[in-house]
Amino acid sequence: MNQKLKSYTAQTYIAYALIAPAAIYIILIVAWPLLETIRLSFTNSSLAGEDYVGLENYQKMFSSKKFNGIVTRTFVWMFFSVSLKLIIGLIGAVLLNANLKGRSIFRVLVMPPWVVPIAIGMLGWLWLYNGYFGIIAGVGMRTGILDGPFGFLAYKQSAFISTIIADVWVGTPMVTVFFLAAMQGVPRDLYEAAYCDGASRWDRFFKITLPQITPVIITMSLLSAIWTFNSFEIIWILTEGGPRGSTTTLIIDTYKQALGNYKFGRGAARAVVVMILLMLFAGFYLALLARINKKISHE
Amino acid sequence: MIFILLPFVEMFYASLRPLDHLFRSPYQFYSDDLSFWAYREMWNTVPMLPRYIFNSFFLASVTSIITLLFVIPAAYSYARFKFPFKNSSLYILLAINMFSGAVLLIPLYKVLRTFGLLNTYQAMIVPGVAFLIPTAIWLLKSYFEKIPIDLEEAAFVDGASRVQILRHIIAPLSTPGLVVVGIYAFIGSYAQQFLFAITFNQKKEYMPIPSGLYEFIGYTTVKWNEMMAASLVGIAPVLIIFLFLQKYIVAGLTSGAVKN
Repeated sequence: MNQKLKSYTAQTYIAYALIAPAAIYIILIVAWPLLETIRLSFTNSSLAGEDYVGLENYQKMFSSKKFNGIVTRTFVWMFFSVSLKLIIGLIGAVLLNANLKGRSIFRVLVMPPWVVPIAIGMLGWLWLYNGYFGIIAGVGMRTGILDGPFGFLAYKQSAFISTIIADVWVGTPMVTVFFLAAMQGVPRDLYEAAYCDGASRWDRFFKITLPQITPVIITMSLLSAIWTFNSFEIIWILTEGGPRGSTTTLIIDTYKQALGNYKFGRGAARAVVVMILLMLFAGFYLALLARINKKISHE
Repeated sequence: MIFILLPFVEMFYASLRPLDHLFRSPYQFYSDDLSFWAYREMWNTVPMLPRYIFNSFFLASVTSIITLLFVIPAAYSYARFKFPFKNSSLYILLAINMFSGAVLLIPLYKVLRTFGLLNTYQAMIVPGVAFLIPTAIWLLKSYFEKIPIDLEEAAFVDGASRVQILRHIIAPLSTPGLVVVGIYAFIGSYAQQFLFAITFNQKKEYMPIPSGLYEFIGYTTVKWNEMMAASLVGIAPVLIIFLFLQKYIVAGLTSGAVKN
C-alpha cells in the first residue's frame, strides 16, 4: 500500500470533524439532560423554583409502600409482556419460515402494529376494550362468558391484563421479524444433513434451529425487556396508570410526578432509578453483544 | 394473525358504520347501511383536522431532514475512517437508544420553558432528532460500508479530491441507503410525536394528528366512527410508505442485530 493511500483512512481529524455535529447534538440533548436529571433529583424543584434538599426525595420514595409496589408491578408487567412477545414471536417466525403458500404476504401483514404510531393504534384498542359497545365485550356477552357489559379498563386486574395484551400486540411483530431473519440465516446444509439422518420436524427445530438462533433470542429478550420497560404511550392512553394505580409502572409514575404534578425534583429521583435500571440492562446487553461478536470473529 | 389484524379490521369496520349502530349493546356484528359517511363528516366535527395532518407531515419531514444532515457525515466517518474510540462511541450510541424520552423530559421541559420554546414546532423537533440519530447512524454506516472502498482509493490515488470523491462516487452510490434511512427517520418521528406533543405543546395550531384525534372525544359522547376513520387516515401514509419499502427497511434493521 503506498503512503498516500494509507493516509486515506487514517486522518483522524477529518473523522472527528465529521462526527462532531452529531456528537455535540447528542451531548446537548441527551447527555446533559441525564446529568441535569441527576442534579434535580437532589432538589425540590418545581415551577416555583428549587432548593437543595439532599437525599429527601430518595428517602421519601423508597420508604413509601406505593413506590415499592410500583417497582414490583413494573417487573411483573414486564415479565408477562416480554415472555408473551417471545413465545408468540417464535411461533410466528416458525410459521412464516415454513414453506406455506402466500407466506410472503403474511410476512408483510404481521408488521403493521410495529409501524403504525402507537398513539393511533391504541385508539383502536380503546374501542375494542369498550365495555358496552366493544367487540370483545360483545363476544363475551353473546357467548355467555360475561353476564353484562364489562369495562376491561375499569377494573384493576382486567386493566393490567388488557394493557399487557396491547403491549404484546405492539411489540410482537418486531420480535417475529428478527427471529425470522435469524432463522433464514441458519445454513441450509445443516437441515439437509439432518434430513438424511432421518431427523423429525421437532428434532430439526430443537436440535438445529433453536441452538442456532439462541444468540438472537437472548439479545431480543434483553432488547424487548428494555423496550417494554420504557413503554409509556400504551398505558398512558389506555388507562393513564389507573384504575387506582393498578397499571402505574415506573415510567408512568415518573411522568405523572414530573409533568403531571410539576414536581420536577421527585420526578427526577424516579427518573434516576429508571436510569440506573436501564444502565444495568444496557450493560448486560452490550456485554453480551461483545461476547457474541468475539465468538463470531473466532470462528 | 387474527390477533395482529383484528384491531385494524375492526377500526375500519367501525369507521363505516353509523354512530347509532355502534352504540348498541351487546355488540352487533352486522350493519346493513355501511357507508363512508364518517370520512366526510369527520372534517366538520374536528375542523382543525387538515391542520393536524399537515403538522404531522411537517414535523416528521423536518425532523428527518435534520436527522439526515447530522447523520450523513457521522455515518460516513464511522464507515471509512479508523480512529480512537470508534467502537466504544458506537456502543454508546446503541446505549442511548435504550433511554426512553421519559427520563430526559424533565430537564428538556425546563430548558424549553426558559427559552420560551414550549408550544412551538421546535419543541417537538429538537428532542425528536436526538432520538433518531443513533439508529440512523448505525443504519447508514452499514450502507456506506457496502460501497467498495477500492473505488474511492483508486480515485484518491489518481488525484481526486475528497469533495470530488464525495460528489462523484459516494453520493450516487449511496442514494438508496439515504432514502431508506430517511424513511426510517420519517416513520420514527411520525410515531414518536405523541409523547413530545402532549408534554411540550398545548397549542392546537401545532398539534400533530395523534394528539389531535382526541378531539373526537366529546363532552357527552365519543364519535367512534369518525375517530376510527380519522385514525385510519392518519395511519395510511406511514403504512403505504412502509409497504413499498418494507424489504429494505427490515433488511437494514435486522442485519445489525442478527449479524453483530
